[in-house]
Amino acid sequence: MAFEYAPAPESRSVVDIAPSYGLFIDGEFREASDGKVFKTVSPSTEEVLSEVAQASAEDVDAAVKAARKAFEKWSALPGSERAKYLFRIARIIQERSRELAVLETLDNGKPIKETRDADLPLVAAHFFYYAGWADKLGHAGFGANPKPLGVAGQVIPWNFPLLMLAWKIAPALAAGNTVVLKPAETTPLSALFFADICRQAGLPKGVVNILTGDGTAGAALVAHDGIDKVAFTGSTAVGKAIARTVAGTDKRLSLELGGKGANIVFDDAPIDQAVEGIVNGIFFNQGQVCCAGSRLLVQESIQDELLDALKRRMSTLRVGDPLDKNTDVGAINSAEQLARITALADSGEAEGAERWAPACELPDAGYWFAPTIFTNVTQAHRIAREEIFGPVLSVLSFRTPAEAVAKANNSQYGLSAGIWTEKGSRMLAVADKLRAGVIWANTFNKFDPTSPFGGYKESGFGREGGRHGLEAYLDV
Amino acid sequence: MSDRLSVFKTYKLFVGGKFPRSESGRVYEVTDSKGKWLANAPLSSRKDARDAVVAARKAFGGWSGATAYNRGQILYRVAEMLEGRREQFVAEVADAEGLSKSKAAAQVDAAIDRWVWYAGWTDKIAQIAGGTNPVAGPFFNVSSPEPTGVVAVLAPQESSLLGLVSVIAPAIAAGNTVVVVTSERSPLPALSLGEVLATSDVPGGVVNVLSGKTAEIAAPLAAHQDVNAIDLAGADAELAKALEVAAADNLKRVLRPQPVDWAADPGTERLMAFLETKTVWHPTGSLGAGGSSY
Amino acid sequence: MPTVPANGNEAAERLASMAAVTASDGALRRFLHGLPGVDPVGLEARAAALGTRSIKTTAKAYAIDLAISMIDLTTLEGADTPGKVRALSAKALNPDPTDRETPRTAAVCVYPDMVATAAEAVRGSDVKVASVATAFPAGRAALPVKLADTADAVAAGAHEIDMVIDRGAFLAGRYLSVFEEIKAVKEACRRPDGSAARLKVIFETGELSTYDNIRRASWLGMLAGADFIKTSTGKVAVNATPANTLLMLEAVRDFRDATGVQVGVKPAGGIRTTKDAMKFLVLVNETVGEEWLTNEWFRFGASSLLNDLLMQRQKLSTGRYSGPDYVTVD
Repeated sequence: MAFEYAPAPESRSVVDIAPSYGLFIDGEFREASDGKVFKTVSPSTEEVLSEVAQASAEDVDAAVKAARKAFEKWSALPGSERAKYLFRIARIIQERSRELAVLETLDNGKPIKETRDADLPLVAAHFFYYAGWADKLGHAGFGANPKPLGVAGQVIPWNFPLLMLAWKIAPALAAGNTVVLKPAETTPLSALFFADICRQAGLPKGVVNILTGDGTAGAALVAHDGIDKVAFTGSTAVGKAIARTVAGTDKRLSLELGGKGANIVFDDAPIDQAVEGIVNGIFFNQGQVCCAGSRLLVQESIQDELLDALKRRMSTLRVGDPLDKNTDVGAINSAEQLARITALADSGEAEGAERWAPACELPDAGYWFAPTIFTNVTQAHRIAREEIFGPVLSVLSFRTPAEAVAKANNSQYGLSAGIWTEKGSRMLAVADKLRAGVIWANTFNKFDPTSPFGGYKESGFGREGGRHGLEAYLDV
Repeated sequence: MSDRLSVFKTYKLFVGGKFPRSESGRVYEVTDSKGKWLANAPLSSRKDARDAVVAARKAFGGWSGATAYNRGQILYRVAEMLEGRREQFVAEVADAEGLSKSKAAAQVDAAIDRWVWYAGWTDKIAQIAGGTNPVAGPFFNVSSPEPTGVVAVLAPQESSLLGLVSVIAPAIAAGNTVVVVTSERSPLPALSLGEVLATSDVPGGVVNVLSGKTAEIAAPLAAHQDVNAIDLAGADAELAKALEVAAADNLKRVLRPQPVDWAADPGTERLMAFLETKTVWHPTGSLGAGGSSY
Repeated sequence: MPTVPANGNEAAERLASMAAVTASDGALRRFLHGLPGVDPVGLEARAAALGTRSIKTTAKAYAIDLAISMIDLTTLEGADTPGKVRALSAKALNPDPTDRETPRTAAVCVYPDMVATAAEAVRGSDVKVASVATAFPAGRAALPVKLADTADAVAAGAHEIDMVIDRGAFLAGRYLSVFEEIKAVKEACRRPDGSAARLKVIFETGELSTYDNIRRASWLGMLAGADFIKTSTGKVAVNATPANTLLMLEAVRDFRDATGVQVGVKPAGGIRTTKDAMKFLVLVNETVGEEWLTNEWFRFGASSLLNDLLMQRQKLSTGRYSGPDYVTVD
């Protein structure tokens, strides 16, 4: 008899989702000016979770005005007082983390294991870290008394809804800005719960405004004359459109866009840990991660051995109900994303790469894609060049460190890379030559509020996290 | 007013996370600014100092090895617990320093906010005091600050709580452990702070609080070979010189007493006072034996 | 390549084919140092991640019975007496007097001079007698003494021998000496009828100190003919941990891939709660799979673990939490 894990679902009862939500403007929830709403569904079941307001241009204007009005007092507060608001928010997030983890899993489709052990701890830590900067801006290396920019318009993606909110809001508020934030269309709920956390923390009204809606709301926000700063995380295509929109204005811009991260495994790598790193690099959050290690570059001398080990490990991945505590791989966030992943994977086969996925039963309802690898991939294949944003790994090989670097850098993107070797000097030499903003050596997908994150080339510009992350919200 | 008889508190030392009486078995009388008896405080001996150093050394590995994030969380927890006991400390500081309720409250509020200030520093010290160095050669070179070790702290004599917090918090924020000698005349807020620290997730031994005659306790601490640094904030000029001489025996880092406005922005001086800088070199090399143009 | 158990003639032939790597100290060192390195942070993170598996209801019931059946119920005290060993053996045979369905433990584990007593007590059952030997726990005795210690335990009826390696020699890089000693002890496990006691090789991972050393010791032990590799004596500060056990499971997995020989794993020391035991079983399940999920190939060296498992077992059957007064203290 085999050791089969019985279902271990996290209780849904810790979170109370209302049937409908309004926009959070000037400290209050209100309906959209034109009364429009849209539904948000659970990607693992397609169940409708709630109905949320679709912000109109008029709503964007109201939110920006509220943020502008709040800016005067908020920016004039002593940094130590702003710090204490942010510390309060960090603590309330810690207190409500189980509730928020379940909510995020429901709305996004990612496993509860990840929201519980990665997203939520990082969210709280991010607020905690930037809370500490609010009264120390003069020590951050941007002059004795750096000033905030004003009102920040922030647009975030659906892959880490609350974490991306934290990355945007925490440094903005610490530096003395006020914000209007638009969460992604498919994952609006955790941002709306965050509005409630602002209420519990006693945050002055208008400092944080949340506008739900689709791309039109985001476009209206970044185009609005009343904002001083645009911060966007999402696709490179939309990032370019935003860059065109703000061209010729005084708006500051920071962009965190796509990636095609190379995970480079040398023949002297700690193999078992490298396998874990590869799995974590591409299957964490179903591969819907801008810094995913979506290209595996393996030294030819260990290719067969490594791929055998990788396949064996992939066969133990547990795909299914995201609320089950033992689930490793959850649902794809939307039908649209699933279609994109499917199309790109099909192109991989059509172009001659060899497809492999472990046997796994996918649920009938919801949006699912089995963890997949492609071998015999060449640099010319679409799956080696385009961001798939799904659980699909393209395997390429190399013979020398120089070749590994050349292939890794041969991309329009430059967000992340991984290096696996037990030899320190090789690791540092390769890291030195890689054109990417985050390099992980003998690890992958590690994040910390103290550590700057962001890309080279078409992966965007500006850094989030760390001391560097303040720069994006200071007039320096 | 009820005519109920109140229960007095027995003030005790705080050493290794426990609340011992002085090894000497002796106490001294603590009075308010008008000479009214407030309590008997433990009169620490050199053996109490020795025990406190042992406790601080034992705690150093864990505390300095904890993540900066974790230390920040714990320091913030101290602020939370102190806020919860605000009224008690307002009364103690008012008695100790002869202040009005409102002035004492301002001192206590500033002391709470000071914990918050330093809570935010734990994970930022390395970011302003460390960094990579562009050495001229194929080497990765990085400097990082590390805590000095066990720090003996003579708390300011005149500022019984705010001054005390202003000297303890930066030392432990940086990862040091401390043995603090309280204000001689006004030890009660410091002894009560021990109770706050004991309920704030601060590991036992990270802060050790001794009350008594400053000069008597300071002498063995300044001469102690297992103490790495000493903050002389609470020493007068004559005592400070003698202690600095004793401290030279094992080259303790010494922070000399100077006039300080404890209510002012504390800056980073005390945070940087008890740090060592460690610089690590590692070769980077080239990508191939034949060199590489990448 | 079909898999064969480590205790058998086929395994000996397979190992003989690896003779080149054990031909000299130099060859052996080159081989062991050529094994892939272990990144400690990654290893511990993987072990910790598997430790978050949630084992509930039917899975828990299965795992508790499996864990009970894998215990080498152990007493290794200077104060041991025949009375104590008989009591322990009775417990192994009948762990929960209120529920005869409870599985028996795999073995009782005692010092050599208690083997005869234990063998008498478990006679006729499938509970094995395991004996530590080779000057356990330090192993600081001359080889003839260690061999006599082993032979004595086997002659007294031990089914299994838990030997300790010479950690001093290992840490000094005298790998061949460690290798030869294990081979000699394996030889001493033979009975006159040609059968042999199974040999568990204890590395004392807490003393080997690094994960690279643990991986090397694992291969060294397996090449020398270990039937089981075992973490610890239970007598030092750090004993079995999820990380060192995961690493040893990876070693037996890779060894089977390389040679076709299956070797068992026994974490020992410090595993006291059902929750701990569940974590180890998850490690087995997700690293080497169900072929190792039997007491033929996985054991727990433990004593107090058994009562915690029994209390959890009672909780599952009655729905209420049990207490220490409802399990036997032996």
